[in-house]
Amino acid sequence: MNTLIRIALLGLALLAGAVQAADPLVISGGNDRAIPIAVVPFGWQGGTVLPQDMAQIIGDDMRNSGIFEPIPAQNMISLPTQASEVIFRDWKALGAQFVMVGSIVPAGGRLQVQFALFNVATEQQVMAGNVSGGMDQLRDMAHYIADQGFEKLTGIQGAFSTRLLFVTAERFAVDSTRYTLQRADYDGARGVTLLQSREPILSPTFAPDGKRIAYVSFEQKRPRIFIQYVDTGRREQLTNFEGLNGAPAWSPEGNRLAFVLSKDGNPEIYVMDLGSRQLRRVTNHFGIDTEPFWGKDGQTIYFTSDRAGKPQIYKTNISSGAVERVTFIGNYNANPKLSADEKTLVMVHRQDGYSVFRVAAQDLTRGTVKILTQSNLDESATIAPNGTMVTYATSSAGRGVLMLASINGRVKIPLPIAAQGEIRAPSWSPFLK
Amino acid sequence: MEMLKFGKLTALALTLAIAAGCSSKGGDNAGEGAIDPNAGYNANGNGSGLDSSMADEAALRAITTFYFAYDSSDLLPEAMRALDVHAKDLKADGSRVVLQGHTDQRGTREYNMALGERRGMAVQRYLVLQGVSPAQLEVVSYGKERLAATGTDEDSMAQNRRVNLVK
Repeated sequence: MNTLIRIALLGLALLAGAVQAADPLVISGGNDRAIPIAVVPFGWQGGTVLPQDMAQIIGDDMRNSGIFEPIPAQNMISLPTQASEVIFRDWKALGAQFVMVGSIVPAGGRLQVQFALFNVATEQQVMAGNVSGGMDQLRDMAHYIADQGFEKLTGIQGAFSTRLLFVTAERFAVDSTRYTLQRADYDGARGVTLLQSREPILSPTFAPDGKRIAYVSFEQKRPRIFIQYVDTGRREQLTNFEGLNGAPAWSPEGNRLAFVLSKDGNPEIYVMDLGSRQLRRVTNHFGIDTEPFWGKDGQTIYFTSDRAGKPQIYKTNISSGAVERVTFIGNYNANPKLSADEKTLVMVHRQDGYSVFRVAAQDLTRGTVKILTQSNLDESATIAPNGTMVTYATSSAGRGVLMLASINGRVKIPLPIAAQGEIRAPSWSPFLK
Repeated sequence: MEMLKFGKLTALALTLAIAAGCSSKGGDNAGEGAIDPNAGYNANGNGSGLDSSMADEAALRAITTFYFAYDSSDLLPEAMRALDVHAKDLKADGSRVVLQGHTDQRGTREYNMALGERRGMAVQRYLVLQGVSPAQLEVVSYGKERLAATGTDEDSMAQNRRVNLVK
C-alpha cells in the first residue's frame, strides 16, 4: 500500500463538485504547493517523429488541474520508458513525488501505448495500463491516461477528455464579421467548425448527453435558438418568436430547454418541453430576466434579473413560481453557473465601487464571494464537470481570448486556440462516454 | 438655426470621434469606418436646401444612429428631434424599419441582449407615440455582438451604446 495521505485540497474545497462519494486517496503533506510529478517523454519505436508529444499533453493536463506541477523534461536525469528502467533516486533528487513512464509501439497500423505511474517515496507502482488508437488519436490517448492518473491520485474523476464549445468572431468592418461556432478539446486543441455565419452566434451550450448542442444564431437577421447534433451536423431551428430568443439552458435530463423570450413585451424565462414542444413561462416581472441555469433537481432555475435595479442572481422553483434572491455582494452579478455539487455559484461579478467585471465564486452555504480572475472584462465562465477548472472569456491586448484557471487559483493560462479573430462564449461539455 | 448648427456639429464630432477611435485601434481594421451605413443617406427631392427648415430636416433625417448614456435607455433630446422627422416620413410612406439595439462591451452577452432590446424599444415607443404604426417597427437587439468601436475607452463605449434605424 502506498503511504498516501489525504489531501486537504484547500483550494479544491471551493468547488470539488465531483469528489462527493469518491474517496480521495492521495498525496503529500504540503498543500501550499502543487505536487511535483514527472511525466517522462514516452518511448517510441516507430521510424517517424510522432505528431503529438503524449507526455507533454499529460503533464499539461495534470498542471491545468492546479493540483500537480509537471517537472520539465530538460531537467530530467534519466528518461525511463518502462517500469524496469525507473531509478527512484533520480526522481527523489528532482523532488518528484510521482513519476509516469510510457512507451508507444506500432501494432498493425495502430499504436499501442503502455503506461505506469509510481510513487517516488514508496517506490511503488500506483497504476499501470495500456491503451491503443490510431495516429490521429494520440491526444485522445494522452487525455485518457491523464484522466486515469488524475483519478488514481486525487479520487476525482478526470475531465481531460472533455470538450469545449466556443464562438470566434473575425471582424472586417462594423457590419462585416465572420463568426464560427467551434468544438475543441477542453484545452483548446483540435478545434472543429460546427457552424459558420456572417451573422452573430452566441450562447452555445452542450446538452447533458454531450451529443446535442443549443445556441443562438442571427442567420435570419434575428436571434433564434437552434439545436444541432455535434457528430452529424443535423440541426433544427427551435424558436421563432418575436423579439429576443436567447440564453438556452438544458435541463439536467436533457428533455427540456429553458430560454429567454421577450414576445410578451420584456425578457422572461420560459421552459420548452422538447418532446411536446409545449412552452411554459417561468418568470413574470417587468424587469429583465435572463441567463437561466438549471439546478440538478430539474425544478430550480437560477437566473439574472435587474428587478432590484441592478443585475443580481435569483432562483425560482418552476412549479411554485417562488423567487428568491441569491446574490447580495457586488453591484453586478450575472450569468450564474453552479458547480456539480451545487455548493458554489460561479458568476460574472462587479464589486461595489469598481468598474471591472470578473469571474467570482459564491459559497452558497456561507454566502462568501471569492474573485477568481484578474482582468477587467472577464465573462462567460464555464466549469469543468469535475469542478476543478473553469474557463472564461476575457480580453488580452484588445483581443478576445479564452483563459483556463484551476479552481484553486494556482494555474491561469490562455487557451492556445488556432482561430482568427476574437474567441468567446466558452461552454464546457459534460463527461463524455 | 442655432439648433441646426448644433446638430451638424454634433454629428460631425461623432463621426470624427468614431473615425479616430477606429484608426487608433490599428491592425487590419485600421482603415475601417465604423460609421453607420445609413449615415450618408440623404433624402432627395426635398427642395433646394436654401429653405432653412428643409435643410434642418434633411440633416435630422440623416441621423439614423441614436446614442444613449451608460446603463440607460432614455432617449436624448437630439435623438428625439431626429426621430420626429423619421416619424413623419414613416407615417407618410408606411415603410418598415428595423431598430437595432446595441450596448457597450461591459457585462454579459445575454444580459446585454436584453439591454439592447430595451434601447430599441425606447425608440419604438417614441415613434409609436408620434403616430407610427407598431407594425412598421421591428426591434432587433444585437447586444454587444456588433460593436461600432472595439476599444474599451469611454469614447468607444459611448459609440457602442446606440440604436440604428435601418430601412
